[in-house]
Amino acid sequence: MAADLYGDLVRTGLGRKVVSSLHLPNPVRLRRYAPQAPLIEGPVVVAGHGAAPLASPITSMLTSSAIDVLGEVPADGRVGAVVADLSAAEHPQDLESLRAVVSPALKGLATCGRVIVVGRPPQAASTAAQSAARQALEGITRSIGKELRRGATANLVLVAEGADANVDATIRFLLSGRSAFVSGQVVTVGDGQPSQPADWARPLAGRVAVVTGAARGIGASIAEVLARDGATVVAVDLPAAGDALASVANAVGGTALQVDVTAADAGRRIVDHATTRHGRLDIVVHNAGITRDKLLVNTDAARWHSVLDVNLMSILRMNEVILGDGGLRDGGHLVLVASVAGIAGNRGQTSYAASKAGVVGLTRALGSDPRLRDRGITVNAVAPGFIETEMTARIPLGTREAGRRLSSLQQGGLPVDVAETIAWLSQDVNAGVTGNVVRVCGQSLLGA
Amino acid sequence: MASTPRRAAILGGNRIPFARQNGAYAQASNQDMLTATLDGLAARFGLAGEHVDEVVAGAVLKHSRDFNLTREAVLGSALVPTTAAYDLQQACGTGLEATILVANKIALRQLDAGIAGGVDSSSDAPIALDEGFRQTLLAANRAKTPAARARALARFRPRQLLPSIPQNLEPRTGLSMGDHMAITTARWAITREAQDELAAASHHNLAAAYDRGFLDDLVTPYLGLTRDANLRPGTSLDKLAMLKPVFGRGEGATMTAGNSTPLTDGASAVLLASEDWAAAHGLAPLAFFVDGQDAAVDYVSGDEGLLMAPVYAVPRLLARQGLTLQDFDYYEIHEAFASTVLVTLKAWEDTEFCATRLGLDAPLGSIDRARLNVNGSSLAAGHPFAATGGRIVASLAKMLHERGPGSRGLISICAAGGQGVVAILEGA
Ligand SMILES: NC(=O)c1ccc[n+]([C@@H]2O[C@H](COP(=O)([O-])OP(=O)(O)OC[C@H]3O[C@@H](n4cnc5c(N)ncnc54)[C@H](O)[C@@H]3O)[C@@H](O)[C@H]2O)c1
Repeated sequence: MAADLYGDLVRTGLGRKVVSSLHLPNPVRLRRYAPQAPLIEGPVVVAGHGAAPLASPITSMLTSSAIDVLGEVPADGRVGAVVADLSAAEHPQDLESLRAVVSPALKGLATCGRVIVVGRPPQAASTAAQSAARQALEGITRSIGKELRRGATANLVLVAEGADANVDATIRFLLSGRSAFVSGQVVTVGDGQPSQPADWARPLAGRVAVVTGAARGIGASIAEVLARDGATVVAVDLPAAGDALASVANAVGGTALQVDVTAADAGRRIVDHATTRHGRLDIVVHNAGITRDKLLVNTDAARWHSVLDVNLMSILRMNEVILGDGGLRDGGHLVLVASVAGIAGNRGQTSYAASKAGVVGLTRALGSDPRLRDRGITVNAVAPGFIETEMTARIPLGTREAGRRLSSLQQGGLPVDVAETIAWLSQDVNAGVTGNVVRVCGQSLLGA
Repeated sequence: MASTPRRAAILGGNRIPFARQNGAYAQASNQDMLTATLDGLAARFGLAGEHVDEVVAGAVLKHSRDFNLTREAVLGSALVPTTAAYDLQQACGTGLEATILVANKIALRQLDAGIAGGVDSSSDAPIALDEGFRQTLLAANRAKTPAARARALARFRPRQLLPSIPQNLEPRTGLSMGDHMAITTARWAITREAQDELAAASHHNLAAAYDRGFLDDLVTPYLGLTRDANLRPGTSLDKLAMLKPVFGRGEGATMTAGNSTPLTDGASAVLLASEDWAAAHGLAPLAFFVDGQDAAVDYVSGDEGLLMAPVYAVPRLLARQGLTLQDFDYYEIHEAFASTVLVTLKAWEDTEFCATRLGLDAPLGSIDRARLNVNGSSLAAGHPFAATGGRIVASLAKMLHERGPGSRGLISICAAGGQGVVAILEGA
């Protein structure tokens, strides 16, 4: 992993002085998840507009997790998080309730604190005014994310009518250190049949997960996190990466499968391995990916094809087997890895952006596929921003520094941040979240 | 007492790509290579933290400090530290002999799962002290008084500082293996063209196997090597014809660096188990171990060629199993030299040899050459002595599995000291 020299420097006493006198960004060390740690430190303010129908299920979930819940900001002003339920908003004038709840909480918001806004999907609004109010929540949340400092994040959760019971998993994720590098995002929660894990510290116990591109970088971290959460991991990567793959598989007590995801029989080999060796297939993470950066003016057909083939077309081919009979079980989870580049576009990354935007399109289509909905299979994507890996370590220093700092959290993310988000999307309790594309980018200004 | 023998299944294998001497693995020890190979096997079969009863492996070129080579490799690997391990060594037969041992123990219910393997480094070879110098040091060590010690050390001579590097020589004849083979090659009149043809086929077959992905679940890269360094996919009869003979003398010399295996570094391992253990671990057997046989010849007196022992072992094995030489889907005859394979086949076709030497009424006959070393062999892959057996067993087991249940394969490996090990596998 590339050393974040700037990040280390500003954490020294002298560094801090220089930074504050020059008004340079001052990134904090983000709060990250540990299985035994509380979801969040400090009291959580839960309030909202009108009847605030989601406030009470969220309150009882938090109370049962031994978290102190308050109806308003306490006298000392200190809060760990604020949850504003605007799901009953009918008109833009109701947005004042949000201001009234959130604004007083911001001053005393803890380092790496959380702002969570809850609303309903604008598409389902019954009046124009209601749609306007619902849509406004997105602009508000993204702006709060940009206003926050010291590792705090702001995210919006849109809960479909009738899916109130499914909101738990998303609130837990957004409050916890799992979402350290997720900010300015909109997560939509719909219907589905969530089942609670027996043990929240091992939500994937008994599950079998396949991770492609697992030999290094983000994929290796996904394998570790899924295994930590209880899953048996099948680590897949190119035969040529087999030695690194073997150490990942051995470290997580899983198995290594050397296969090029572009091979015609890759899907079959993956499904056969998972089902014969481990007896089932619950989770598939399509993480393998490559870049072959060149300006479009200099891109030949071979380069173009290799990027689209590895990053997108291989997924389409493998899915035929993975989503077919005897593949992923009903109620299973498919997670794809897109990229902020697929949303924002990048000079010199036309083929890469094509493939990653394609992944977003594929995710949306599969997420709303009625056959998959009937089978209870969720399909989501994460779109990483700047993550510290061997891939990004090769970017020239200037560009790399800009990539890190041009985000609300003012630093690069770690592979584990992407992995934690994927692990959350792989939980059965998350059955209501499908067709979502969640950026893990520290609210990067790119494509924002 | 549950003592009925049962079938031992071969579940798969792993090896690292073989490197040429002083190549990619120049700095790797036998222990390093064997550990990496066991780790790759553990990852492929999910053995990290699982109990495997025994690991049996060995090396031909071995440092005295490696007295517990296999156990040390196990302790450094992902296998649980409670895995028993020991070394076994029979020159180039080591890997196959280890397989036979583990299979027999499984058959006798002494083990449920075991790993057989082998490793050799020709680069990181042990270097011994000059024998005179060694005797001097031992005498000084035994001396009881300083004066006696000084007297003992005074026998040291500076030229004794020259180390003795191990050579591929037969101790009783002083001839290299290649020189021995050259005598046999000439005796059986094996042509240069036939040898070069076999060598070219070996390279082309192995290259095609890699391209087809056949080795995807047999090999794990190591120290930057992803394919065998000796493999020359583009070799041709013309290119091979240009090489000068390196063994044998004068006109009749036919053995070149192209049709002889080079010195190589590498390691391999095979996972064997009872059918119950395999089923309990979600592993489908690739093949079953059927039977094995050793033989040795008197090469010292010149009565028989050094590498001819497998020729004698195979008919004994066939007789015991009630099979003929033609009853096999695949033949894996280790290519120590191209001519070793060709002499072996020719001897089995030779009526007089089969009658006088093997005591057979009729010759064993010829084989369908299209079934011989179909995914390449040692000429292309290289031959780290003790690692060859595991390479062959794992890849033959996979071929037989692809061929289907009941298919049969014959393995023949010649070894230094005039020995040979042969075995039969059956597809599962
Ligand atoms: N690092 C970032 O900042 C970043 C940002 C956005 C998206 N991503 C995406 O995250 C994923 C992982 O990225 P990373 O940074 O860990 O990259 P990486 O290059 O470190 O790892 C990618 C892995 O995929 C494997 N792989 C490549 N082609 C393959 C094939 N044909 N078959 C099987 N495996 C193959 C590689 O061998 C490698 O182990 C990729 O999809 C990438 O596009 C990364």
